[in-house]
Amino acid sequence: MKRRDFLKSVSGIAAGAVVPAPAIWSSAKADGRSETLLVVTEGGPNNLDIHGVGTNRPGYETSWNCYDRLISHETKTLPDGTLSYDRDKFKPELAEDMNIGDMSVTFKLKKNAKFHDGTPVTAKDVKWSLDRSVTVGGFPTVQMKAGSLVDKEQFVLVDDNTVRIDFAKKDRLTIPDLAVIVPSIYNSELLKKKATEKDPWALDYTKSNTAGSGAYKVTSWKPGVEVVYERHDDWVGGKLPQLKKIIWRTVPSQGNRRALMERGDADISFDLSSKDTSEMKKESKLVIISNPIGNGMYSVELNVKNPPFDNPKVRQAVAYALPYQKIMDAAMFGLANPLFGGPSNSVTDIAWPAKTGYVNDMAKAKALMAESGASDIDTTVSFDLGAGDICEPIAVLVQESLAQIGIKTAINKIPGANWRSEMAKKSMPLMVNFFSGWLDYPEYFFFWCYSGQNAIFNTSSYVNPDMDVMIDGARAAAAIGDKEKYAKDVEGFISKAYNDVPRIPLFQPLLNVATQKNISGYVYWFHRQLDYRSIVKA
Amino acid sequence: MTEASLTAPPMTEAQPKPPTNSIFRHAVYVVADNPVTGLSFGLFVLIALCALFGPYIVPYDPLASDTSATLQSPSLHHWFGTDLLGRDIFSRVLAATRLDFTIAIASVALVLVMGGLAGIAAGFFGGWTDRIVGRVSDTIMAFPLFVLAMGIVAALGNTVTNIVIATAIINFPLYVRVARAEANVRREAGFVQAARLSGNGDIRILLVHILPNIMPIMMVQISLTMGYAILNAAGLSFIGLGVKPPTPEWGIMVAEGATNIISGEWWVAFFPGGALMIAVFCFNLLGDGLRDLVDPQRRT
Amino acid sequence: MILKRLLTVIPTLIGVVIVTFLLTRVLPGDPAVYFAGPAATPQSIAEIRKSLGLDRSLPDQFARYVNDLAHGNFGNSLSTGRPVATEISSRLPASAELTLSGLLLAIVIAVPLGIFAAVKQGSFIDHLCRIIATAGVSLPVFFTGLLLVYIFYFKLGWSPAPIGRLDAFATAPPDITGFYLIDSLITGNFESFRASLSQLILPAVTLAVFSLAPITRMTRASMLAVLASEFIRTARASGLNGRTVILTYAFRNAMLPVVTTLGMVFSFLLGANVLVEKVFAWPGIGSYAVEALLQSDFAPVQGFVLTMAVLYVALNLLIDMLYGVIDPRVRLEA
Repeated sequence: MKRRDFLKSVSGIAAGAVVPAPAIWSSAKADGRSETLLVVTEGGPNNLDIHGVGTNRPGYETSWNCYDRLISHETKTLPDGTLSYDRDKFKPELAEDMNIGDMSVTFKLKKNAKFHDGTPVTAKDVKWSLDRSVTVGGFPTVQMKAGSLVDKEQFVLVDDNTVRIDFAKKDRLTIPDLAVIVPSIYNSELLKKKATEKDPWALDYTKSNTAGSGAYKVTSWKPGVEVVYERHDDWVGGKLPQLKKIIWRTVPSQGNRRALMERGDADISFDLSSKDTSEMKKESKLVIISNPIGNGMYSVELNVKNPPFDNPKVRQAVAYALPYQKIMDAAMFGLANPLFGGPSNSVTDIAWPAKTGYVNDMAKAKALMAESGASDIDTTVSFDLGAGDICEPIAVLVQESLAQIGIKTAINKIPGANWRSEMAKKSMPLMVNFFSGWLDYPEYFFFWCYSGQNAIFNTSSYVNPDMDVMIDGARAAAAIGDKEKYAKDVEGFISKAYNDVPRIPLFQPLLNVATQKNISGYVYWFHRQLDYRSIVKA
Repeated sequence: MTEASLTAPPMTEAQPKPPTNSIFRHAVYVVADNPVTGLSFGLFVLIALCALFGPYIVPYDPLASDTSATLQSPSLHHWFGTDLLGRDIFSRVLAATRLDFTIAIASVALVLVMGGLAGIAAGFFGGWTDRIVGRVSDTIMAFPLFVLAMGIVAALGNTVTNIVIATAIINFPLYVRVARAEANVRREAGFVQAARLSGNGDIRILLVHILPNIMPIMMVQISLTMGYAILNAAGLSFIGLGVKPPTPEWGIMVAEGATNIISGEWWVAFFPGGALMIAVFCFNLLGDGLRDLVDPQRRT
Repeated sequence: MILKRLLTVIPTLIGVVIVTFLLTRVLPGDPAVYFAGPAATPQSIAEIRKSLGLDRSLPDQFARYVNDLAHGNFGNSLSTGRPVATEISSRLPASAELTLSGLLLAIVIAVPLGIFAAVKQGSFIDHLCRIIATAGVSLPVFFTGLLLVYIFYFKLGWSPAPIGRLDAFATAPPDITGFYLIDSLITGNFESFRASLSQLILPAVTLAVFSLAPITRMTRASMLAVLASEFIRTARASGLNGRTVILTYAFRNAMLPVVTTLGMVFSFLLGANVLVEKVFAWPGIGSYAVEALLQSDFAPVQGFVLTMAVLYVALNLLIDMLYGVIDPRVRLEA
């Protein structure tokens, strides 16, 4: 008797727990699925506001879609048929009209623009928001500075509907910098109510609430799990998006994201690995879109402050020792634009990113090493663990090839959090790293990576007065439209960078996206985040 | 049965004490009685041999990349296929044995010294020693163990040494518990009293008389934790805190290969996973077998 | 007795607080640099360091931390910007539901396995049980998890997509206990019960597979010990049915060490959980802690460890009390 009771209860529990339920989502997904987009990515936002302290890249995506800027970029179709933002064409977003003068620009606002809570967008909101971006400190303020937007006084309230921005100096990057994510327009009346003495800009509130006039608003956010957006039906910044609801789920495992796409359970998987991209392209069950990341490159960076890489011969030897094609094949499955094997290190073109003249030439590398007089080099090659799937194969191949010219290296993976602080210390001798600039101009890249201001991205600590003269020269020439001088300086600084070679460009990577076949309207943006507004689901 | 008894000799190493003959006979009896244990002894010998000679008999250089032959499925040339960089997985799995074996042995040796001695001292002396050791081990136990290991490796840096240290620390309470219990039982035993009467100091009694006596039971623990050490290293690799590339190590190979399972390249994770599983499996079964061996109730 | 037991717990918790605090401060990352963002300047880093209170001395930081803890304030997570206490309390049910389901499943499989093995000691069944249980614990959990996803979701399509506790289009049951299974049953929402159960199966099985071995082993060992004892022989000799002897007499007496093992296994599972949550995108506290640790985000790591420690201690207390229920002698001794 007792035994039977026992077994019965045991098997009862077991059956209840392990009975394989058949697929269950079929009934639930029917309603509203055609107007809802399910996006999966590796990580989610840590802050919904780009002005926040330490907002991560996914957070930029929320800001982009939930706030409007005064202006934005037009879209263009690239030769391969994919859509991209158009660097050179601006279109009004909150502004109705943009009037560029000699030392200022004036914006008239659209009259019927409303924030998510229904209050109208006025010039006061614009002034308050721009003030906020140059005052909160950290990344937003630095980004504004890149366009010579530094002072509250530059933003002038003309009337309820008109704002004038005075230029601190002539700078070609000022207008483009107004179309990046940072100068978003916030609901100042609402945020003033939420502000406290300690937090005058209400950063605490915008951290987890959206207070904009953008096409979408966040209705639910579970950090690390999902963000749910709903459409802002009164949006006037552009054509009303088709999708009413966006569900953005964080799925950390790369294999699982792929499985979700291949089984048709998710609509878009953003920022795919090269391997998945190349394989899924072949399978052609999904639409795969790849765009080169503008103004971006993976490079091997050498610290020129300390031996052995303070010796230009050693740096050139390294540049000739790298197995470029192998690196591109192993790390990117060939899905990248090579930045090596050009005609010469002295370029005659302002196209950027440009190819270096370096190729894999061991004999030359060995000869340069012999000339340099350096020997018995023992060093480390570091990379960011977060980018490990690309950087690790590169590091392994770098290690292997440098061994052949007598440079022994150990590989050092640095966890994401440390990476920035290690970069700031500028003590890593040899790195595999990626940099991309939002504003797609060579002088912008050089300003961050090669100039004497020695910013965090100048990981080589490369400081050279001639270089600075050319970088400043190009910026000044661009501002006044002196094309000849601009070209001379740009060609000059690229050539100098490639001959001195503090960083060895490898390739320009692609941004890869997979969508189901019924999804269209994906646009590549400089900020490398997803813009939901243009996406259409059939 | 006969082939099982052939693999028994390694056991004698675990028993340093003189009456080898009877113990040996007992070992043969246990192994013959339990083919699974026999199998695990056999596997252990195989793994040990791989660890010793693996790096010398690999068909390819485990570190040499070949980007013209990436992600090839198992074939006659590459028995286990090749990985993302075209490295031969068979060679890497074989070469990794030494490192994994080293991590397992080193961490176990470390915790044996720390935990074993602390436990014996706690059990033998009692009082404050016992209380302090008990608190320390309680504190460690209260941590989610894997997270503690992660924290230690993240804080100290991801080197093999630190992985060994972290693994040893999280196993500390287990060793303390076993050693303490055993020492406690023996502290008033006849042979200890005898030793004390013949003028031996506490430390000497501890090291010369008690320690050897509890070694057999500790061996069980050692065997079990060796498997756990390897799993732990694998878990750390999955998070990204494992050994440094391009060093071959089973855990990191599984972790790297795991992302390829969905895309169909199962062999990248499967073979190192298999090796890992066999090793952990073997250590665990060995532990069970050793328990039978040292369990007095079975010695009838 | 419970009060006395509680007192012994205090030093442990103090130890945990100190160790965690020190460990998180030794983490090499500099949160100030991390949160200063991509275009940081030395000034902006310094500003952020000051606003995070990281420019103070270590003892000062510790004193503030303890003071905050005493006021029930776990601090704010830097990466999600939310109070750690809220995050943990909203994520804890997910982890608890998963861990307990895994544990329950393991018990249901492992205990009978252990009993069979003990009863048929030395037989083919005994070896088979041992091999099955040991094989389970020999695979890294993340590997088992990925394998299960591959087979049951990707290949066979029996299991739903591994994207957390619920399918993206299903609605969560109202928050009563935080356990979706229980909440959906209470509210009679069988659709979401089914939905959450089907999401739960694979991760729970992954955890269960991993915890079979210790439970089976302990059940077998303690059953063997009990079966060899005098009173069982007496029971058998007095002609009681073999099965009655095993299940009522032997098993009941063998449960004591098994229950102790459960405490250990639970702690073990909480660790393994971290990896399983990562594989199944499970919104539990384990995945939260891992992310935080990799970002040198102190507060969540400290909060997580402390919560786990309290849970562990509470569980052990519970087990001690269960002892009394199972074995009256323990009560008498106390």
